[in-house]
Amino acid sequence: MASTTSPDRIKDLTTVLARQGILIAFILFMIGFGLVSDRFLTPENLMTVVRQSAIIGVMAIGVTVVVLSGNLDLSVGSMLSFATVLVVDLHDKLGAAPAIGVMLVATLCIGAINGFLVGFLRLNSLIVTLGMLSAIQGVTLIYSGGKNVDIADQETTWFAIFGRGEVLGMATPIVIFLGLAAIMHLVIAYTPYGRRIYAVGGNPTAAVFSGIRRNRVVFSTYLVSAFCVGIAAIILGSRVMGSQNNVGQGYELLVLSAVILGGTSLLGGSGTIWKTVIGVLILGFIQNGLLLLGFPYFAQWIVTWIVIILAVWLDVAAKRGRLFSPIA
Amino acid sequence: MTESEPTLRLEGIVKTFPGVRALDGVSFEVRAGEVHALLGENGAGKSTLMKVLAGMYQPDAGQIVVSGRPVVMRNPIEAKHNGVILIHQELSLAEEMSVAENIFLGELPRRRWGFVDWKSLHERVATILDKLNCDFGPRTRIDTLSIAKKQMVEIARALTHQARIVVFDEPTASLTDQEKVVLFDIIRDLQRDGVGIVYISHRMEEIFTISNRISVLRDGTHRGTLETAETDEDEVTRLMIGRSLSYERNREAPDVGDVALAVEGLSCGRLFDDIGFELRAGEVLGFYGLVGAGRTELAETLFGLRRPTAGRIVLGGSEARIDSSVEAIRQGISLVPESRKEQGLVLSMNCRDNMTLPQIDDLTAGPFVSNGGEIAIYDMYRDQLDIKAPSWRQLVQFLSGGNQQKIVIGKWLAMKPRVLIVDEPTRGIDVGSKAEIHNLLRELARSGYAVMVISSEMPEVLHVSDRIIAMYQGRITRQFTAAEVNEDNLVQAISGIGPGSGGKARPIGAQAA
Repeated sequence: MASTTSPDRIKDLTTVLARQGILIAFILFMIGFGLVSDRFLTPENLMTVVRQSAIIGVMAIGVTVVVLSGNLDLSVGSMLSFATVLVVDLHDKLGAAPAIGVMLVATLCIGAINGFLVGFLRLNSLIVTLGMLSAIQGVTLIYSGGKNVDIADQETTWFAIFGRGEVLGMATPIVIFLGLAAIMHLVIAYTPYGRRIYAVGGNPTAAVFSGIRRNRVVFSTYLVSAFCVGIAAIILGSRVMGSQNNVGQGYELLVLSAVILGGTSLLGGSGTIWKTVIGVLILGFIQNGLLLLGFPYFAQWIVTWIVIILAVWLDVAAKRGRLFSPIA
Repeated sequence: MTESEPTLRLEGIVKTFPGVRALDGVSFEVRAGEVHALLGENGAGKSTLMKVLAGMYQPDAGQIVVSGRPVVMRNPIEAKHNGVILIHQELSLAEEMSVAENIFLGELPRRRWGFVDWKSLHERVATILDKLNCDFGPRTRIDTLSIAKKQMVEIARALTHQARIVVFDEPTASLTDQEKVVLFDIIRDLQRDGVGIVYISHRMEEIFTISNRISVLRDGTHRGTLETAETDEDEVTRLMIGRSLSYERNREAPDVGDVALAVEGLSCGRLFDDIGFELRAGEVLGFYGLVGAGRTELAETLFGLRRPTAGRIVLGGSEARIDSSVEAIRQGISLVPESRKEQGLVLSMNCRDNMTLPQIDDLTAGPFVSNGGEIAIYDMYRDQLDIKAPSWRQLVQFLSGGNQQKIVIGKWLAMKPRVLIVDEPTRGIDVGSKAEIHNLLRELARSGYAVMVISSEMPEVLHVSDRIIAMYQGRITRQFTAAEVNEDNLVQAISGIGPGSGGKARPIGAQAA
């Protein structure tokens, strides 16, 4: 029944606001910072922030896929440390291309272990990946012996292109981040594979009753996540031209924050890649904006937490139509 | 309070949601000591009305009067204080706690220092359980109880309060016949104590057994209140759906084709044993039995979700190995599962995506899902099954039960299956949609589908089946043609009385009617 009375229109408007809340918050946020700092909205500054967000962004894309299927991946931070140490260390020993190849294979193996344990053995993903987080730390320390690694010939290696170079007049990390986001968005939103992920995340039982191999879908999401970590490691290794065993420490929480800010449901089955990208950018701009306003670096951690709580609260409030929880 | 004042009176209750006027000025009253049945199709507004009554929703207009006093109930606790208690269709018990703890949850008796007074708790609960004829004690853990017994715990919970109004929402949905008798005794006890009862159910025979008056809702409006003694099913149905419906036995002579599915000696542990039957194209084969007779497990085995321990499944003449749902679908078996929301649908997905889910891999244009192809399938089955949804973008969680079920049926018809298994086709669905789904099942058989229908409702089995297989404790006890079967021999067959029940189940082949 089509109805055109004005209360209904107002309700429609609130629905739109609720659905696109993250985008609206992002725009308001940018305008706000732009008003108080005249350096904030300059093209150079904006590009810098996007470039600095690329590593978190690439990882967040992979984690979004895992979360959409109803699971978590907390091992991405220490996986990043491992992958970066590996690719940087092997660069001088094997050459750039083999180093990248070996690193990607090793990272995918870790993803496969996560995927096997969560997908096929059906263990709780929080426990599996939290355990993996510390296990990989151990592996990385054993591999590196606790020492820093770096690339000797930083001027001539083509490996520099990923972190320091430009493609089509844009910094390569930005191109990789946005390119990967665009591809994954197409995959998740428009392919049968993406549809299976939403089904498994939305209702795993119904997915199995519909002929979807739930185990394989879950397994595959951890491969996607591991692959994204591999890409992030290439960018990071190339930018720094060196690494140590704790470079990725704490990244899992930043990445998860970005995913949550983007509105992906931790229960699975709802969310999109492009909103994760917005979430990543919000995190990046908070950090940048606060620094421009002269706050100490660590202030961003507190502000980020507040922003996440606000975002989650408003999201929940929009869904239930009231700010505070009803009694039952 | 005057003598004639009803215990509960609702006056002009209005409740709107975005785009929907769920309740449009509903007024009705419940007297002390009366059982007032509330009827209506799914989506008629029953649940919304009850949530308003239980303080979970606030009405936009109108008022609630309890014992002559207008009340505002902002939440279920205030409703409870006003003596209004709702017994949910979906149970809300803490599974890992004891019966006693659940019954007094939130108001456990205390000793000094705030410790729980277990002795007094267990004594008080034991008294209540005795009154309800329960065969479990206060210390029993909830998760060890059957659904029916859990329901008893819910009722016991209601009895601990000074209840003036008790609302039962589909209380018998999962009860056996004996348990139903106990429930009705309890309701009559409450009645004698002067409690007003609101009884919501889809089952006509129950309503005529237990109620004093019947109120009918349709499209959010109150269509009338009838004295139960002065009306009949036909009149009630007409009020509910605006037309008359009759349950008839199926008298069609089936035009059967080849054997689509043959099962020989199929067993699965203790769930079912030595099952044998044939299903031909163009017929509906009904499976009737009590809950737990092994019918759903049989269906799940045929659909590859359980491994049989013995026996053969022959599909279209050749033996089939079905070890996953993927394989079952590939071999042309479709299953409309027992539980729509848990097994049939992804509630967070829209109508179209749910319907195309099993064949999503084949609906592609290049690497992407073909939008046009999907919409074409959805439109086709929306029209064929008369699915009422604002658009394919609507999330299935917002559809009525009948329309949800049609989405699930459409999803499997779209697979063009050789064998269509439908488990409890109309559970929790209103009368109007029920008849539509029954007609649909008959139509499918006429158009050449081999259909297997599992049902716990006798009128349904009698109405749709060409042949009926009766199961009891995992075995086939008897097979009937539509001409042979009647209510008596069917009841005997499913309760283990009569021929075939004591000894081994006979392997049964198809007999042309």
